[in-house]
Amino acid sequence: MARSAVVHTAAAPVERGAAGRLPKVRPLRVRDHIVEIVSDSGEGAQRCGQAFASVAARMGNDIWTVEIIPAEIEPPPRSIAGASGNRIRIGSHEVSNGGNDADLVVAFNEQVLLGRVRAGALRPGCDILLESKWRAHRDPEVAAQYAAAYEQLVAEGYRVREIPLEELCLEHSSAPERGKNMFVLGMLCAIYSQDLGIAREQVAFTFRKKSDEVVRRNTELLEAGYAWARQNLDLRFEIPAAPRTEVQVAINGNTALALGIMASGMDVCAMYPITPATSASHYLSEVFENVGGIVHQAEDEIAACAFAIGASYAGKCAVTITSGPGFSLKQELIGFAAMAEIPLVVVDVQRGGPSTGQPTKVEQGDLLQAIFGGHGDAPRVVLAASTIEDCFYLPITARRIAETLNLPVILLSDANLATAQTTFARPELRREWFAAPPDQSAVDAAELPYDWERRTGLHRRLIPGQPGGMHTLTGLAHDRSSAVAYDPDVNEEGLRQRSLKLVAFQRTLLTPEVFGEPTGDLLVVGWGSTRGAIEEAVAALRAEGHRVSALHLTYLQPMAPGIGDILRRFGQVMTVEMSWADRLADPLVTAENRRYSNLAWLLRARYLVDVDCWSEVKGQPLKPATVERVIRRKLAGR
Amino acid sequence: MTILDSLSRLAPMRLDLDETGYSIGDYEGAGTRWCHGCGNSAILTALQKLCAEEQLPPEKTVIVSGIGCASRLPHYMGTYGFHGLHGRALPTAEGVKVRRPDLHVFVSTGDGDCFSIGAAHWIHAIRYNMDMTVMVHDNRIYGLTKKQASPTSPRGLVTSTTPRGVKLDPLNPVAATLGMSNVSFVAQAADWLPSILYDILHRAYLHRGLSFIHILQRCPNYLDDDFDEYIRHPERVVLLTHPQGIEPEDAVARRFPNRIEHDPGDMAHALALARMSDGLPVGILYRNDAVPCYEDLLAPRRLPVASRIAALEHELDRFTVRPDGSRSDPPGEVITPPARALAG
Repeated sequence: MARSAVVHTAAAPVERGAAGRLPKVRPLRVRDHIVEIVSDSGEGAQRCGQAFASVAARMGNDIWTVEIIPAEIEPPPRSIAGASGNRIRIGSHEVSNGGNDADLVVAFNEQVLLGRVRAGALRPGCDILLESKWRAHRDPEVAAQYAAAYEQLVAEGYRVREIPLEELCLEHSSAPERGKNMFVLGMLCAIYSQDLGIAREQVAFTFRKKSDEVVRRNTELLEAGYAWARQNLDLRFEIPAAPRTEVQVAINGNTALALGIMASGMDVCAMYPITPATSASHYLSEVFENVGGIVHQAEDEIAACAFAIGASYAGKCAVTITSGPGFSLKQELIGFAAMAEIPLVVVDVQRGGPSTGQPTKVEQGDLLQAIFGGHGDAPRVVLAASTIEDCFYLPITARRIAETLNLPVILLSDANLATAQTTFARPELRREWFAAPPDQSAVDAAELPYDWERRTGLHRRLIPGQPGGMHTLTGLAHDRSSAVAYDPDVNEEGLRQRSLKLVAFQRTLLTPEVFGEPTGDLLVVGWGSTRGAIEEAVAALRAEGHRVSALHLTYLQPMAPGIGDILRRFGQVMTVEMSWADRLADPLVTAENRRYSNLAWLLRARYLVDVDCWSEVKGQPLKPATVERVIRRKLAGR
Repeated sequence: MTILDSLSRLAPMRLDLDETGYSIGDYEGAGTRWCHGCGNSAILTALQKLCAEEQLPPEKTVIVSGIGCASRLPHYMGTYGFHGLHGRALPTAEGVKVRRPDLHVFVSTGDGDCFSIGAAHWIHAIRYNMDMTVMVHDNRIYGLTKKQASPTSPRGLVTSTTPRGVKLDPLNPVAATLGMSNVSFVAQAADWLPSILYDILHRAYLHRGLSFIHILQRCPNYLDDDFDEYIRHPERVVLLTHPQGIEPEDAVARRFPNRIEHDPGDMAHALALARMSDGLPVGILYRNDAVPCYEDLLAPRRLPVASRIAALEHELDRFTVRPDGSRSDPPGEVITPPARALAG
């Protein structure tokens, strides 16, 4: 006998009859939907979510997924803080962020579900599909927890459908607790009118490293979930495919970063494990050797940076990947690379700080360290990825800048981009990305290792192996021949020449485009992964007639020409960031002692414009609705 | 321009058809600024002699160092040099070697640089066993910063940071290194025994793998009498000889009445020698040519760009989504925005 789903709403609990008696459900067409799948850690909700997102992407939708990750490997089961899974936003239009509140949630137990409710992730009254096995659990305490949570959710207006997921899987698997994620995938494909054939292919891909038997069993579960949902659920949506002709890739930011590093022609990556950067290194470790490169797992963060500098010094630019704490540890060596003028790419996938902070959560608190970290004046270029596509292209740009200017280039990403998955046009690889370091022609007898061009500080780098180029580079103050400086003017000349490289580089940058009109009442300035949320909010407000625009910066050091002019064309300017800023509402905080968020400090200092800031540091990706609220308040003068 | 000139511009190599070779002078850099009588000078001389003996092209030779008196050595060489950060010579040298196995890599470091601030790298450099020669100048004191205690300072030594004497026993770097995984070459030398130092350095250079040479080095300014017991009493030096180690000429060996035939393949004996308290073993304590080199296990490969692009295209294929909007179900109505569509 087929089992039934029980649907309750606060207004009218309805029990449906047996399978097959549902009237044919006509799918509701929507432009944008957010689905969450949450479970205890290790129950496969993440895999289910990723597979579902891939199916949607292959069906032609735009997607954005957000990993829901507990901080521990194995948090206690059925705990509110232990929610593990995936949020999938599917759209008919371009989707650039994880969106606002979830429209449909599948939960493997009620506690992780409560965790999501508490996190404010769910739309009031949204649809919930809840594993019901806990209702009759042999531990009365568990059963009572479940019943209480269920009552609470129903009372709050959520449309909760209880589904005996494991029981339904029993017909197809002897270990239903491990297979139900694919059953749920089937259910979701049915609910969202996804093609079962594509889903079958996705299951085969997901389990490509497992045996045929595993693939067969999971395919069976997928099909069972699909059939069951068709017969028993009255939920049907259709999200029309985005009109698209180009071939795309669906990847997360760290995978894009790893692909970009490989496409940049760099072939040495030195790293030390750290969250959330490491998954880029995992993927690189898997495939880099096929492209001729290596990943060196060093004994510590400092060694990883030194190793990369050594490799850069002896040839092509190398890269080191890290996150906040590791980035702090590398600062002395980044300063050295600036001083000795060795190209180096440092990727910092930012997380919550300071100290150990929130390793798996997003924050943008490393910008000032990226620009000013370390002692003394150590010029470096700082870039920030604001999309997953940027994560692919910016390593290529970073290498080119590093080798042209002979200095460290810091590429900032963050935990949001690292784990979020989306689609973008499949890159067309170019031969020139793989080029050798510039200018290895013979060394002239009169050539010096630091033949600084007076106006720009540029010079070519002499690489070991080049006859006639022998010199000892040093982190000590040095002159044009790399001899240790004992003359005060020599030190100042070195500082000037190294700084002039940034000045010269700045003049080559293009003024960034304003999103919206070039003048108006309010300009919202951002950087990094908040771009999607900010621009979605600004677009919504502009549609209502508000004179608000947005500016998003990729080059944070140096900043492109023309930004000051842009700022001055707006009545008010504020940054929206995920780094700490003192709240003016706190009683002791004044305009005089307030500590601003990272970008606001920079804009105020450089452009002498009274830039305000708003920031949120909850470790969650910024929601467009939150930004919308902030902008409305600012426009209203509050 | 002759054909030869244009060829040498094209190829990053020295076309030395006359086989004139290199002389010691080719390996000389800036004039040394070490103190008068500093033991580092003997080490520099031995290295320059080795380069000439082995005819190492100066452009293919890189001396990597950290910070300290010993780390000034690259400036005094005519080769490429990398005077890096305090403690970080070893990981830097590893990066150089992994990127360019064709380069001859030497590391010049000191007791503070290697055994204190860079100690983590010391352990792992031994484990990686990359083909390079590591010369640790151990003067048992911080000289460049003016007489602070080092991890190898003898107990009781009065320094600027230990005015009542060093309280701990010194680190035994040779015994510690012998205890590290993948160790492949450990030797002990002394600056005041230059011909033996040279023999050891030569053996170390020829060894494929990381050659660790602990060189006792006098600091005339801050610890002038530290090694006097061995200099005045050569019988307190235990000279290790072996066909697999060093075999000094009779004229040299005769000065050391205390000689032991030590097989560098004998780890147990090497450890016993490293821990001896009543003498100074000088020679090659341990050598194992069978330990694999990290750069043989993991190094970038020279692939044609077309192959690299093909491999990367294959990776992109894994993530590729082809345009396909086809649906089997009849379309429903479009309702926007989504939140409102689901509210009912």
